[in-house]
Amino acid sequence: MSTVASKQVSQLEDATVRFCGDSGDGMQLAGTQLTNTSALAGNDIATFPDFPAEIRAPRGTKAGVSGFQIHFSSTEIFTPGDTVDALVAMNPAALVTNLQDLREGGVLIVNKDAFDKKGLEQAGYTDDPTEDGSLTGKYKFHSIDMTKLTRLAVEEYGLSMKEADRCRNFFAMGLVFWLYDRSMEPTLRFIEAKFGKKPEIAGANTAALKAGYHYGETVEAMNTQYQVAPAKLGPGTYRNIMGNEALAWGLVAAATLSKKRLFLGAYPITPASDILHELAKHKHFNVLTFQAEDEIAAMTATIGAAFAGEMAVTASSGPGIALKGEGLGLAVMTELPMVIVNVQRGGPSTGLPTKTEQADLFQAIFGRNGECPMPVIAARSPGDCFDVAQEAWRIAVRFMTPVMLLTDGYIANGSEPWRVPPLAELTPVEVKHPPGHDPSQANGNGDANGDEFLPYARDERLARPWAIPGTPGLMHRIGGLEKADGTGNVSYDPINHQHMIDTRAKKTALVAEDIPLQELDGADTGDVLVLSWGGPYGACATAVHRMQRAGKAVSHCHLRYLNPFPKNLGEILGNFKTILIPELNLGQLRTLIRAEYLIDAVGLNKVQGKPFSVAEVVEKIESLLG
Amino acid sequence: MAIEAPLPVLKPTDFASNQDVRWCPGCGDYSILAQMKKVLPTLGVPRENIVFISGIGCSSRFPYYMNTYGMHSIHGRAPAVASGLKTCRPDLQVWVITGDGDGLSIGGNHLMHCIRRNMDLNIVLFNNRIYGLTKGQYSPTSPLGKRTKSSPMGAIDNPLHPLSIAIGCEATFVARSIDTNIKHLADTLKRAAEHQGTAFVEVYQNCNVFNDGAWDYAKDKDTKADTTLELIHGKPMIFGKDRDKGIRLNGMNPEVVELGKGISEDDLLFHDEKSPEPTLAYLLSRMRYEDGFPEPIGVFRAIDAPRYDVAVNDQIDEAIEAKGPGDLEKLFRSGDTWTVE
Repeated sequence: MSTVASKQVSQLEDATVRFCGDSGDGMQLAGTQLTNTSALAGNDIATFPDFPAEIRAPRGTKAGVSGFQIHFSSTEIFTPGDTVDALVAMNPAALVTNLQDLREGGVLIVNKDAFDKKGLEQAGYTDDPTEDGSLTGKYKFHSIDMTKLTRLAVEEYGLSMKEADRCRNFFAMGLVFWLYDRSMEPTLRFIEAKFGKKPEIAGANTAALKAGYHYGETVEAMNTQYQVAPAKLGPGTYRNIMGNEALAWGLVAAATLSKKRLFLGAYPITPASDILHELAKHKHFNVLTFQAEDEIAAMTATIGAAFAGEMAVTASSGPGIALKGEGLGLAVMTELPMVIVNVQRGGPSTGLPTKTEQADLFQAIFGRNGECPMPVIAARSPGDCFDVAQEAWRIAVRFMTPVMLLTDGYIANGSEPWRVPPLAELTPVEVKHPPGHDPSQANGNGDANGDEFLPYARDERLARPWAIPGTPGLMHRIGGLEKADGTGNVSYDPINHQHMIDTRAKKTALVAEDIPLQELDGADTGDVLVLSWGGPYGACATAVHRMQRAGKAVSHCHLRYLNPFPKNLGEILGNFKTILIPELNLGQLRTLIRAEYLIDAVGLNKVQGKPFSVAEVVEKIESLLG
Repeated sequence: MAIEAPLPVLKPTDFASNQDVRWCPGCGDYSILAQMKKVLPTLGVPRENIVFISGIGCSSRFPYYMNTYGMHSIHGRAPAVASGLKTCRPDLQVWVITGDGDGLSIGGNHLMHCIRRNMDLNIVLFNNRIYGLTKGQYSPTSPLGKRTKSSPMGAIDNPLHPLSIAIGCEATFVARSIDTNIKHLADTLKRAAEHQGTAFVEVYQNCNVFNDGAWDYAKDKDTKADTTLELIHGKPMIFGKDRDKGIRLNGMNPEVVELGKGISEDDLLFHDEKSPEPTLAYLLSRMRYEDGFPEPIGVFRAIDAPRYDVAVNDQIDEAIEAKGPGDLEKLFRSGDTWTVE
């Protein structure tokens, strides 16, 4: 078309785009599609889906606004971006709740058709912001009749008005794809796969997508197209991966490589359910998914599966973990290997189910009756979930212990490019079960040598043998009552109880001998050390890099192992004037660090259901540098 | 198995662990333990393939006394622990030992779901109508008005009836026996073990310390013939010391009738444990001594139905059949990927 030639093309290092609209507007889908096409374009990416707990809050209300933010870049990035370069708002409520994150001069696209009297009222606007001139000077503002244009585009497919309107997100996608010079191909393939059996829906979505793209190409007001070059990622095959997906794959990989079947006991809970969904798809990997009647059953069935000799896992979120507490105690007492995943969300109680938080660290480490130690590790990014899942299983098996694996809603639903690991890079976990005696020998008890079997005998790591039912001669009973050392028989002996408590504590502490030393990003002495764990990794890494480029003596230390801590951590902390611990809680890691190392660490704490922005961390570091 | 070694012949004593049994002297649990040890050697299942899972309570100490695999788990959760175990290992014979408090109060939810899934588990519920291990509070099966430490003015909670619950959950095998009726108990446990699917057995068990005599009417040799009714598949429901009483259906309701005087055996209800509908079994589960009925013992219901533990493993086979065995490389590269040189 004639106007195309007049368009400018602008090269960007990176861009942050946010789609927002009603929770029924398909914003998550729009975001996911932009993510995929950007990943395939070779950008580094980080995403942040943000949606309400209600499936369909009242239409047009602020409570019902759902958003999806994606940051794509030609350089390595760790966060979904602090401010937004382009905002697509499908209605007034979405505009009013998201506009503050759009940078001045950014691109603002709104669906003008949704700015009617009712829509404006629901958003609390007295004047129509699309007409009062308030947006025009400040942003590259495009007020587009998306509803009408979509209806026109899909007219030939004979859809009802409602069905036609549901294609609007594809129009918005098409427009943004043009704006950032993204290929429509992955989305066209998606439409074919998803709607191929309903040709009129597939056709209409395709038409809406292309109409949006051509609109951008044609309309003079959209005078600039942006390009973000591929990032220089290391060589390899890449894919886009979400945290829960990566976690599930990590579990499958761990089970497959250790030649175990994978048992997942789970009860649906946001934001952990996708782990159950993902694993349920992979039964051909010998995955058994057990959707239990409640969290308690999910936990205790997992204990049963561990006793059975399989790789046993349960996955939940904070409220569910609370219900599992007693079962976790039994898991510690019976010293069976298993992995407990907590995809943290905002608490307490039901809290903020769809929002992120890191306030379950104390629960993970201490949240059980009695002296009940358990190794705790945490993932730092979507792709890292894959590695951490395998590491959790490795520790569980080597030490015969339940292991708590923490992620959070931000990591679980976020996505990033993930380098597909060559299988040779994956380390199988070696699992041993003691052999029994010859089954033809009548009435025999005992191990292969005929010696008495001691279910609570211990190896150098203080791990007990994992003898599984079906093994002749090794019949034994375990349970929640205190065990006599060695035999595992019930014992109320005071000295034995002290010994067993000490032994379980020591066993957990010994994990520190079996994990890598803590590494540091930056110099090993300096003014400020940013100490982080879990989801804030990206914001902290970016903030510290920024400070380092500005010549500041700031380093970054990110913890994967939270119980026990790596054994060189104290030494690292001692080499910095100030330790800053940013956490999405009121200072749980900080309390642990203070208690363990008597260091007066400083906190940066936020509990707003949102991840840290880079700016927040930078600002705090700057204030500490003085 | 490639090697077909003959199974060693086991005796009841081979199933005794080396632990001292610590129930109160005179407890009904001893008898149940003895009958279990007597039955297991007759099943032809090696000890190492048998697992006892229990929760908390007096009855739940049971696994410690059996020389098999076992787990004394936490309160009420035995059916869930057993479900995880059985899902992974359908080859094992798994018993769940529970009580009226463990199974019907704190663990009611697990019991219900375990039964409806028809996991191949044998659940034995020791019903003593009291909390024994916590020293004498009323339980979910204690009768109304029961005076205990926690109900000094009498219990006001309407009691549950274990078999009615099990039948309501679509149990495929439901039976009742009595701790002191040792032959009947042994036969019932054997039937339960042989059933494919969840077998639910209620055992009337005397707690001679906190609720002594709760089942005397059903146990006393002078009264038991009139207060209990032994169910036999395909036979009319006759009871009484002189075998002169029976159960007849009057409309939807059972009634006790005397044989003779114009009523013959053919007028009575005939037991049908294989009836696909649970109506008869449920009706029998509602017959109570205090309402003037003999309480049925024996197998109420025994039908075949699909088992969860089989189906869940079948799905794995089907998935492998359809997609081939899991291939990590293929999984990782599924969907859209791109390559950086």
